Amino acid sequence: CEAQFLPNPEERRIPNMEKSRPLWDNPLQFVFACISYAVGLGNVWRFPYLCQMYGGGGFLIPYFIMLVVEGMPLLYLELAVGQRMRRGSIGAWKMISPYLCGVGVASVVVSFFLSMYYNVINAWAFWYLFHSFQDPLPWASCPLNGNRTGDEAECARTSPTQYFWYRRTLNIAPSLEAAGALQWEQALCLTLAWLLVYLCILRGTESTGKVVYVTASLPYCVLIIYLIRGLTLHGAVNGLIYMFTPKLEQLANPKAWISAATQIFFSLGLGFGSLIAFASYNEPSNNCERHAVVVSLINSATSIFASIVTFSIYGFKATFNYESCMSKVILLLTNAFDLEEGSLTADNLGAVQGHLQAAHPQRYAELQPQLKNCSLEAELDTAVQGTGLAFIVYSEAIKNMEVPQLYSVLYFVMLLMLGIGSMLGNTAAILTPLTDSKFIASHLSKEVVSGLVCFINCIIGLIFTMEAGNYWFDIFNDYAATLSLLLIVLVETIAVCYVYGIRRFEKDLHTMIGHKPSWYWKVMWAFASPLLIISLFIFYITDYILTGTLQYQAWDAAQVKQHRGFDYPGYALAVIGLLVAASTMCIPLGALLTLARRRLRRGRARPVA
Amino acid sequence: MLSSASQMHRMLSKYGLVSKQLWEIMLISNVLLCNVTDRVSFWFVVTDSAKNVTTVAGSEVEAAIRMNRNRINSAFLLSDKTLQFLKISSTIAPPVEPSTPVWLIVFGVVLCLTVAGIVFLIVTGIQRRKKQNKESSETEDLEEKCEVTVTIENGIPCETLDLKAGHINGVYAADDERFASL
Repeated sequence: CEAQFLPNPEERRIPNMEKSRPLWDNPLQFVFACISYAVGLGNVWRFPYLCQMYGGGGFLIPYFIMLVVEGMPLLYLELAVGQRMRRGSIGAWKMISPYLCGVGVASVVVSFFLSMYYNVINAWAFWYLFHSFQDPLPWASCPLNGNRTGDEAECARTSPTQYFWYRRTLNIAPSLEAAGALQWEQALCLTLAWLLVYLCILRGTESTGKVVYVTASLPYCVLIIYLIRGLTLHGAVNGLIYMFTPKLEQLANPKAWISAATQIFFSLGLGFGSLIAFASYNEPSNNCERHAVVVSLINSATSIFASIVTFSIYGFKATFNYESCMSKVILLLTNAFDLEEGSLTADNLGAVQGHLQAAHPQRYAELQPQLKNCSLEAELDTAVQGTGLAFIVYSEAIKNMEVPQLYSVLYFVMLLMLGIGSMLGNTAAILTPLTDSKFIASHLSKEVVSGLVCFINCIIGLIFTMEAGNYWFDIFNDYAATLSLLLIVLVETIAVCYVYGIRRFEKDLHTMIGHKPSWYWKVMWAFASPLLIISLFIFYITDYILTGTLQYQAWDAAQVKQHRGFDYPGYALAVIGLLVAASTMCIPLGALLTLARRRLRRGRARPVA
Repeated sequence: MLSSASQMHRMLSKYGLVSKQLWEIMLISNVLLCNVTDRVSFWFVVTDSAKNVTTVAGSEVEAAIRMNRNRINSAFLLSDKTLQFLKISSTIAPPVEPSTPVWLIVFGVVLCLTVAGIVFLIVTGIQRRKKQNKESSETEDLEEKCEVTVTIENGIPCETLDLKAGHINGVYAADDERFASL
C-alpha cells in the first residue's frame, strides 16, 4: 500500500519533522496574550462612544446578543484552527485546503497594514507620557502670544488641550494635500515605540510570554485606580446617570445593532491571524473552548468597566466646564452692569439675566454675542471617540485633578500597555507565518526577520509623522482593515464548516479537548455567524455606495470653525482602493494560483502515466 | 468712597509715585474718585497740587502704574487677574523653561533602557546558539561513530516524529480523508 502514502509533494511536508515548535510556558500565558491582544484601545475609546450614541445602558442588549451569536463562536473557531494546525495563518489555511492559502496571505497583509499605523498611537502615548513630568502640565494652559499680552490666538479660540494635540503634538496641516515636513519629535517617539515592540517580540514566545503578564494586568490596575478616583470626582455622577439611563427607543435603530456587531467583531481582533498564531503555540490538549469563552467575556467586561471610568471622567469634565462657563458669564455681567460682587450666583443667574434684559435692553444686546448659553446637557452630549477622546478629553479632565502629573503618567502608561499588547498580536500574526516558512527560516534567524519587519514598518510609519500624517492615519484606520476583515472571516467560517467539514472539525476538537462541541457552537458556526457577517458586509458596501464621495474632517487653525469637511483627492482615493484590494484580492488570487499550479503538474504528470 | 480714595492715596504716596516733574508730596485730597459702584470699581484722577485745577496727565499715571503694578497688586493682596486697570493690559510673565526640555531627558532614559535590553537579548541569543551548535556537532560525531540504524516506517524516520505531541499522529491527521479508502 505504498501508493496510499504518496500525497502531492507540498502535502508531504510532515508537520512535526523540524525542531519542535516553541510553546507557551503555561496556559495562563496564552490567556494573557489573548486578553492583552483583544483588550486594546477600542475598549477604551470606542465602546463608551457607542454606548453614548445608541441608548446608554440599553446598548448592552444588542452588545451581549452579538457577543453570544458572533463573538464567542468566531473566537473559538480561530483558536481551534490555530491549535489544531499548529501553524501561522498561511500554513493553517493551506492545511484546511490548498486553495485557501490566499486567506492566510490576506490576513498577513491586513496585519501588516494595521501594524504600520497602529504603532503611531503608541508614539503619541509616549509623547504625552514624556510631557507628563512637568509642572504645570503643558496642556494645562495656553502659551503666550508674541507680545505677551494674552494667549496664543489658536489656543484662545479652541482650548489648551486641543491646541496641545493639534499643534504641539501633530502640528497638523490644514488639508491632506499640504503634506508638510516630518516632525522629528514624533519620528523619535515612533522609533522608540518600534524598538520597544522589537524588544518584546525578539525571542518569540519566550519573550512575548513574559511581557504579556505586564501588558495584560497593568491596564486593569490603572483602570481600578481611575475608577476610584473618577467616582469621587465632583460631577462624576452626572456622567454616570447620563450614560446608564437607557434610551430604549434606540434599539429600533438598525445602526445600533450594526455598531454592536462591528464592535464585537473588531474588538476581538478576528481575522488578523493573531489568534491563530497565538493558539499555534499551545499544547495540543489545551482547552481552547474554555479559553475562548473566558477571553471574550473578559473583553466585553473590560469595555463596560472602561466606559464606567470614561463616563465618570466625562461627568467631571462636563460639570467643570459648565461651572466655569457659568462663572465667566457671571463675571461678564457683573463687570458690564457694575453689580455688587457676589450678587450673581449660578442659581439666580437666569432670573437676573431676564431682569437685566428688560431693564437695559440696548446694553444687553451689545453683550449678547459674548454670552454663551451654558448647559450641562450640551457638555455631556459632546460625544467623542478615538484619539479625540483619549488624548483631548482625558487630558482635559486630568489637568483639573489634584496631582495631575501622577494621573497623567498612570493614564498614558495604561494606553501604552494596551497599545503594545495589541502590537504583540499584530506582529505575531506577521512573523509566525514567516518563521514557519522553511525558505525564510533556513536563511534568516528569528531575530533578523523580526528586526526587518519592525524596521520596514517604522520607515513606512514615518508618513504618519508628517504634518498631514493624521489624515493618512484616519484613512488607514477607516479602510485598511474593515471590509477586508469581514471578507476574511466569512471565508474562514465557510471554509471550516463546509470545505473542511464540520464533522471532521468536531472530531478534531474531540481529540484535542476531550469532548465534542455542543449544538450551540455548531449552529452558530454553520448558520448564524456567516449570515451576520454577510449582512454586515452588505451594510458596509451599501453605506459606501450611498455616501458617494468620501470625505474627511480637516483641522483649520485660522478659521473659527475648526473642523471642515473636504473631499479626498484622487491619489488618496487610489490609496484607499489599494488598501482594500491588496488584501481582498489575495483570496481569489491564491485559489487561482493553486489551481494553475495543480493543472500544470497534472499536465506534466499525464504523459508519464 | 473715602476709604477707597485713602487706599489709593496711601498706595500712590507710599510707593513714591511721584512724577519726575512734580517732586511734591501728594495729599489724599489730590486723588479724586468718581463713579464708584457696588462692584468696587471706580474712576480716579490725580490732581496736581502745584497747579490747582489741572490733573496729572493720564499717560503719566498709566506709566507710573505700569512700573509698579506688582507692588500695587501686593498692597491689595490681589493679582493682575483680580485687580484690573482698564486700558492698561498687563504683560504676563512667561513660564520658566528649563534649558533642555524635560521630555527629551525622559525619552533618553527610556531609549537607553530599551536599546540595552535589545542588545542583551541578542547577545545572549547568539551565545546560546553557538553553544547549541557545538553540542549538536558533538552528538553528530558520536552518531557517525556508532552507526545507529534508523528504523524507517513508510518512508519516515521514527525518531523525527515528535512523540511529545502525543496522541495526535501528525502524519495521518491532516491527510486521512484525502485518499480513497482501500
